[in-house]
Amino acid sequence: MIYWLLFYEFFKIGLFAIGGGAVTIPFLFDLGEKYHWFTTEQLVNMIAVSESTPGPLGVNMATFTGYQTAGVLGGIVATFGLTLPSVIIIILIAKLLKRFADNPRVQTLLSSIRPGVLALIIFAGWQIARISVTNWLSAAIFAGILLANRFFKSSPIFYILLSAIIGIVLQL
Amino acid sequence: MKILWKLFVSFFKTGLFTFGGGYAMLPLLKAEVVEKQKWATEDELLDYFSIGQCTPGIIAVNVSTFCGYKLKGVIGAITATTAIILPSLIIITLIAAVLEKYMHLPIVASAFAGIRLGVTALLINLIFDMGQKIFTQNPHWRLHAVIFVIAFALLMFGDVSAVLIVIMAAVFGFIPELFGKKIPFIKGGNKK
Repeated sequence: MIYWLLFYEFFKIGLFAIGGGAVTIPFLFDLGEKYHWFTTEQLVNMIAVSESTPGPLGVNMATFTGYQTAGVLGGIVATFGLTLPSVIIIILIAKLLKRFADNPRVQTLLSSIRPGVLALIIFAGWQIARISVTNWLSAAIFAGILLANRFFKSSPIFYILLSAIIGIVLQL
Repeated sequence: MKILWKLFVSFFKTGLFTFGGGYAMLPLLKAEVVEKQKWATEDELLDYFSIGQCTPGIIAVNVSTFCGYKLKGVIGAITATTAIILPSLIIITLIAAVLEKYMHLPIVASAFAGIRLGVTALLINLIFDMGQKIFTQNPHWRLHAVIFVIAFALLMFGDVSAVLIVIMAAVFGFIPELFGKKIPFIKGGNKK
């Protein structure tokens, strides 16, 4: 059943995506490859919408991918699945509070997961770049936005709007 | 009951006005939870964030669960978490439904072709920032470089899931603890 599968897959993401919303991207990429629920192109569109609408990025992505896969109920089930591990784990460790975050073993665990997560995001970024940058014109626009964002920090929404306008004007 | 309703409203507002999530939520939560409702001190809120980062899942959800639990136990945790994700559920479902209808229009397709370039650029910059954080001012950078290279090789040449990569990285992090001093462990790490 699709809803059960959605719940199971997003529960797994909630359990293993450590470090915030953007970390869910490679996991969602895996989902697209495994079940063909959405294409890489659709996934990038969903990231764009999730970044420029209110709410935590990871939650937005879960709702969107769930909706894309199985409609309104799909969105609800995916979001619930993503959230449940957090709620359970936090309630379990709430009493230990700060001692948990300061524990050297927890610190080792977290800091060694980070380079693995970096590899995951680079790999996803490469797949995403391959479908976004398709010719010299798009490569030039990509490089322009990359440098602008590097040197003039502005909100992601600004850059997403800017690139939408560029897309419309140049009829990409 | 009244306090649960207040909790719900506070976190619903935070979910509605936060873009991006994570630490972007901190100023809003500080205004609501610390200054207005006085449910926690600023130090406590910062503790919630540092724990929310260390525990699996979305940081915003973790922090909300924590605040709610502290105030009203399990029912408080569920209330705050439901409230923080509800705006996302409503807004994204509406947008997804509208987009489905208009995605085939040439102007929408062009806009998204542009947007995909923007999102890719934002993601690449995020990768740069992450890499910088991991490999500068990190006493374990050698071990972490080994973990990174192995993870990347597995992704390039094998069909390995993201879940397995996370587990692999976590296990490798404990090699120095298990095999003693720094130099032997790096060799051990390479042999694997």
